[in-house]
Amino acid sequence: MTVFIQGAIRQAMPLLFGATGEILTEKSGNLNLGIPGIMYVGAISGVIGATIYEHTVGAEAIVPALAVSITLLASFIGSLLMGLIYSFLVISLRANQNVTGLALTTFGIGIGNFFGGSLTKIIGSQTANISLGNISKYFKMTPPIADKLGWFGDWFLSYGFLTYVGIIVAIIAGYVLKRTRVGLHLRAVGENPATADATGVNVTKYKYVATCTGSVIAGLGGLYYVFEYTGNWSNNGFGDRGWLAIALVIFALWKPVIAIIGSILFGALYMLGITTTGISRELKEVYELLPYLATIFILIITSIRNKKENHPPASLGLSYFREER
Amino acid sequence: MDNTYAIELKNISKRFGTVLANNNVNLSVKRGEIMAILGENGSGKTTLMNMISGIYYPDEGQIFVNGEEVTITSPKDAFNYSIGMIHQHFKLVDVFSATENIVLGINDGKRYKLSEARRQVLEITEKYGFDISPDKKIYEMSVSEKQTVEIIKVLYRGADILILDEPTAVLTPQEIDKLFAVLRRMRDDGKSIIIITHKMNEVLSLSDRVAVLRKGEHIATVETASTSVSELTELMVGKKISLNINRTDPHDTSDRLVVSNISSVNSEGVTVLDKVSFTARSGEILGIAGIAGSGQKELLEAIAGLQPLTEGEIKYNSPEGESFNLRKRTPEQIRELGVRLSFVPEDRLGMGLVGSMDIIDNMMLRSYKKGHSIFLNRKSPKKLAEEIVDELEVATPDVKTPVRKLSGGNVQKVLVGREIAAKPKVLMAAYPVRGLDINSSYTIYNLLNEQKDNGVAVIFVGEDLDVLLDLCDRIIVIASGKITGEVDGRHATKEEVGVMMTGNTQKEAN
Repeated sequence: MTVFIQGAIRQAMPLLFGATGEILTEKSGNLNLGIPGIMYVGAISGVIGATIYEHTVGAEAIVPALAVSITLLASFIGSLLMGLIYSFLVISLRANQNVTGLALTTFGIGIGNFFGGSLTKIIGSQTANISLGNISKYFKMTPPIADKLGWFGDWFLSYGFLTYVGIIVAIIAGYVLKRTRVGLHLRAVGENPATADATGVNVTKYKYVATCTGSVIAGLGGLYYVFEYTGNWSNNGFGDRGWLAIALVIFALWKPVIAIIGSILFGALYMLGITTTGISRELKEVYELLPYLATIFILIITSIRNKKENHPPASLGLSYFREER
Repeated sequence: MDNTYAIELKNISKRFGTVLANNNVNLSVKRGEIMAILGENGSGKTTLMNMISGIYYPDEGQIFVNGEEVTITSPKDAFNYSIGMIHQHFKLVDVFSATENIVLGINDGKRYKLSEARRQVLEITEKYGFDISPDKKIYEMSVSEKQTVEIIKVLYRGADILILDEPTAVLTPQEIDKLFAVLRRMRDDGKSIIIITHKMNEVLSLSDRVAVLRKGEHIATVETASTSVSELTELMVGKKISLNINRTDPHDTSDRLVVSNISSVNSEGVTVLDKVSFTARSGEILGIAGIAGSGQKELLEAIAGLQPLTEGEIKYNSPEGESFNLRKRTPEQIRELGVRLSFVPEDRLGMGLVGSMDIIDNMMLRSYKKGHSIFLNRKSPKKLAEEIVDELEVATPDVKTPVRKLSGGNVQKVLVGREIAAKPKVLMAAYPVRGLDINSSYTIYNLLNEQKDNGVAVIFVGEDLDVLLDLCDRIIVIASGKITGEVDGRHATKEEVGVMMTGNTQKEAN
């Protein structure tokens, strides 16, 4: 049981980061299908930062706080650049959002694999992996009281700090969207930019900030996977988690707090495929389908109930041009 | 203090390209006054108000607020001078509650607290007697409630000068009464209210003074108490200009289309046609006069089978002597009977023609169903296209030019030409000369006259009274979905029709 729950939550975190980031982005009216690529870039940027640091100072001289900060900062910069590329194309140049997003995903994965391969060569790794153990152990550090609290500690406190960051970020995002003026304006931008514009909200600014913030948060999902979940980088190791994150956005009805529960549910469904013993390989593939089926199921339910609050932002996927009325 | 006006416009002019939308307009509104701006479509009412509310910037002239000259370049500036405008098209976020919409965009530096905003909204509703729940979502609201939200939005921002652009166009009579009661209360509270309208009875019952605009110019400002319907109408429509359209006397007329008591309700629950009855005769041009949006579009669509009716009957008598009830037929069957709609909406290419296709393909839109194989036969449409280009003198390089590359008049000719080529028995043309130059307009008038001589029952919806009076044999007048009268095109006066257009029935007019 404990293994199952821990597994589910570890599987959940990359999805939660990705979904929270995508929710913020979509609330501004931008459908960013580049999220899988951005998460990949967020991961490789962190890996680059960590590896360069480690190889500059040597494995023995690593300062934990500095190592973690450099890794996070590198990841931030990588994801932010991706977010800026998307924003510039889609918001300023009004490029088609779907095409731009898909291109960005392909681009991001290409970047990740290119730098992953290069780094492997530079550090002279014997395998195709980059071992990040010297730094990732700080990401994996659990709260010190975890093992004194029995099952409670095992279930809730046996994770690295990024797990808690993920949940807190989702809760803050939910609060901002629902309870603050910034959130009100952001939602208005995604629902009806012309109205927001008429009331004096700076539509372009909101779209840029939301999209870039969303990218950085999503990038953390990639970073989590590499540093806390696996502890090493291997090309194409990230799987389809980026797409699952986008599915989770729909599943969560664009609400970050529901995304927390949804991500753990998705993680649990995924774990079901791994931990159920005595099933054939084909059946395992079917288990991996479950999160997508759950998403389709939610789509059907919400469509039948047809409650406007549960719909995607009304201007999602559309670019805004003031003079076009 | 009492001598200064709340808002004063001096010599305001505004051009759009070559069109003079406003020419040297002077206007002043006092505090605690309701000023009505009266004028026909295109007389420049909305343009003028948009300049006060910061949507447009005047080319010439000055604006004074409370006696001080101001420059208003954006809606935000307007708000800073306590000016708020309620547009015809509401700008609201559907999934937000009333309160959320009202506070949207306000950044007063105070902590964001929806409950506090909600309390203030309730205060405003109580003060002026609005009937609305601050928590209701916009998508659950009726048009009237949405309008209320817009008004509160403006009041919440502290507006003292309110401009309402045709606020009653979408409301039911009861809702209009409620709105007027609120507006009077706001006037008594010292606010200045400017209301754009073309409904005479509303002007008379609500306003303190009336400013009349015609063709972009300010004609006069009169005290409502000392004026009359006929005086206002005369100011509004001006003197009749003869156009010398070649009108022949109708011959061999028979009742082709008998419409009796049809009513229709639009998707928002507003009655758009209210027991409309009339007869269109063969060999005659029947004009439909009315302010734009009074139900003309719905009426024509009802005949074409595109608008669901709640009651009434549309009877079509074919030249062979058979009778059909069109209400029981599909649009396609109606077309087959020879009832043709050559509808020209605001956007000429929006309905009827596909802009990126050439003339031939556009001809085929009406005839492709006649083919029998899976391949298209482009020969006969090509012939037809060439005929139309030839006869109507459509200025185009060839028939393979995409329609959207043609000028407005030529597009119109293609559209009308195609409908005429189908040899209609009833031809409906709505605003067929809108946006056309004089020559093209005459080509269209002659085409319609030709059809009339061929025994077609022509229904012509127009907005220019001079044209209607010179072209049509009979004219029915529609106002707010009701027929307010019928006149003979040869003897009627412009004032007579004008008065009926503003909602007064024929009896009241005489």
